[in-house]
Amino acid sequence: MTGTGTTTRLTEVLAAARADNRAALVGYLPAGYPSVEGSAAAMRAMVEGGCDIIEVGLPYSDPQMDGPVIQRAVEHALAHGTNTHHVIDNVRAVAETGAATLVMSYWNPIERYGVERFASELAAAGGSGVITPDLIPDEAHEWIAATDRHRLDRIFLVALSSSDERVAYTTRHCGGFVYAASVMGVTGARASVSTLAGDLVARTRATTDLPVCVGLGVSTAAQAAEVAGYADGVIVGSAFVRALLDAPNERAGLDAVRALAGELAEGVRKR
Amino acid sequence: MSSTAQLPDPSGHFGVFGGRFLPEALIAALDELTAAYEKAKDDPEFQAEFTGLLRDYAGRPSIVTEAPRFAEHAGGARIILKREDLNHTGSHKINNVLGQAILTKRMGKTRVIAETGAGQHGVATATACALLGLECVVYMGELDTQRQALNVARMRVLGAEVIPVAIGSRTLKDAINEALRDWVANVDTTHYLLGTAAGAHPFPAMVRDFVRVISVEARQQVLDLTGKLPDAVCACVGGGSNAIGAFHAFIPDEGVRLYGFEAGGDGVETGRHAASITGGSIGVLHGARTYLLQDEYGQTQESHSISAGLDYPAVGPEHAWLHQTGRAIYRPIDDAPAMEAFRLLCRTEGIIPAIESAHALAGAIEVGRELGPDATILVNLSGRGDKDMHTAAKYFDLLDAEAEQS
Repeated sequence: MTGTGTTTRLTEVLAAARADNRAALVGYLPAGYPSVEGSAAAMRAMVEGGCDIIEVGLPYSDPQMDGPVIQRAVEHALAHGTNTHHVIDNVRAVAETGAATLVMSYWNPIERYGVERFASELAAAGGSGVITPDLIPDEAHEWIAATDRHRLDRIFLVALSSSDERVAYTTRHCGGFVYAASVMGVTGARASVSTLAGDLVARTRATTDLPVCVGLGVSTAAQAAEVAGYADGVIVGSAFVRALLDAPNERAGLDAVRALAGELAEGVRKR
Repeated sequence: MSSTAQLPDPSGHFGVFGGRFLPEALIAALDELTAAYEKAKDDPEFQAEFTGLLRDYAGRPSIVTEAPRFAEHAGGARIILKREDLNHTGSHKINNVLGQAILTKRMGKTRVIAETGAGQHGVATATACALLGLECVVYMGELDTQRQALNVARMRVLGAEVIPVAIGSRTLKDAINEALRDWVANVDTTHYLLGTAAGAHPFPAMVRDFVRVISVEARQQVLDLTGKLPDAVCACVGGGSNAIGAFHAFIPDEGVRLYGFEAGGDGVETGRHAASITGGSIGVLHGARTYLLQDEYGQTQESHSISAGLDYPAVGPEHAWLHQTGRAIYRPIDDAPAMEAFRLLCRTEGIIPAIESAHALAGAIEVGRELGPDATILVNLSGRGDKDMHTAAKYFDLLDAEAEQS
């Protein structure tokens, strides 16, 4: 499922969206909610609904960047024994659909699993890359070497508070896309998307040709359309998790995330 | 061994330990804090304000007290206590808190957030914020707010808002997570006043520098009292701020052995402990690479100790480095010997130590028996034990049945 040559599936998917004159839709779910099989099924339903790219979340005991919705799902996943092997299994299940598949993980679980082992197993499972919300390039020497070896895209974050100098430094070390965090805060739906995000995307574009995807706070088709007006991809996490949490049973959960993906997919086409 | 005076390196590393493992959104705030601290360090005005408050408000220098009756149980070695328990608010915490609170004002920030486990750091922070007119919000695990209800009241009396954290293990580590979430959302107005020498750069170095006064004073006090340096320095280690404060001025004195005593809980072999160095492994938590309690997948494991102040699953990165280089020796002290040492100091010297500090006392008994009667041992008595009366009364079964019911 990896791309041809040195190009990852992620890069191909983003290029295709750009050729369609639309933004890509990126959906997040943590592995292991409501179960390992259940999360794989939900992610596949999100692809059916219109997600181009799936972020498979690695559940972690100390999710400092996450708000209450994702915390709840992750706590459940960990309490039911979800581990790194299950995350790789979920990646394989999603990558088989042809969607570009990423892992979103805090740093310590990767370091503990073994940086080389994690990169090699992820690549073998068809994963395109990894988003690391608490790893900055300054601390990533070993990670950069391992992801280069296995041709995985390294996705670091830029923030509203990042100086132009840091934005340039961070994008220099990114592959696939650059993750622009649109608000100063944790994950979770918000009534409106920060107007500052457009400025951050512009500052980021000034330093790189890589696509720039925007995340944090997007939950509706209208917000997705707004963000698609200036970004190459729209990242939605908590809204999908919320749809699963609120569903009365697993089947209803699959229908809910598929439907939400459909609405958001329309949104990213109305730029 | 290279000199520690230059550590950490400019990017905050003590060898392989330390660094910055936090979201990019916080890097600008860490840079701002680093710059403000570097400037303040060399600014006579800041130093005058800081040492002035330590003297006129916290009550420094703290005295040293010789403990001869206690020492009879420690192989006859000479035991000298550094009395951080006599500081205002009852522990070494006030030193760091005053330093960071002054820095908060200099950075033009008006709001302070802090985490607390037992409540000692929260109380010290609330105190400094009251003194300097800063808004104060303290995050505390829901379990800890129940175990330490009196300290919750103390913080509120001092004008702080206490927010119980009901996620995860509902203890100190979750309070830190919640404080970090607040910080990223309010970083323009808010300083995160971290309570120990851990976390991302510059916190380990900055906190160390604010508590370093403990060993600077004690080194001279022991010299004045005995005519020579001590043979050993003993301190308890949770996050490690009192220990790094007690060790730091002695690090270049190669003849002085440095001992850090971690909380062994029910025993390291039971898995129910808080001994990150002796019973943990290298990883990343709360912004730094260090030793921590984690499972094979890197999930943080819960720590256990009778002492709430040591009940933390990681340790400051400079201790990790001192351990790796062999300059300091770290050992676990289980709950039972710590409580025995607690009672012993009460009965032999009329001093009620914090249960945290009792781990250092129990360690000093071991070290005294190893080094023999010619040795002089400095013990950092990091805090007083009033806050621990409920725990001690329960442990030693000291309450009448009627009183217990009321």
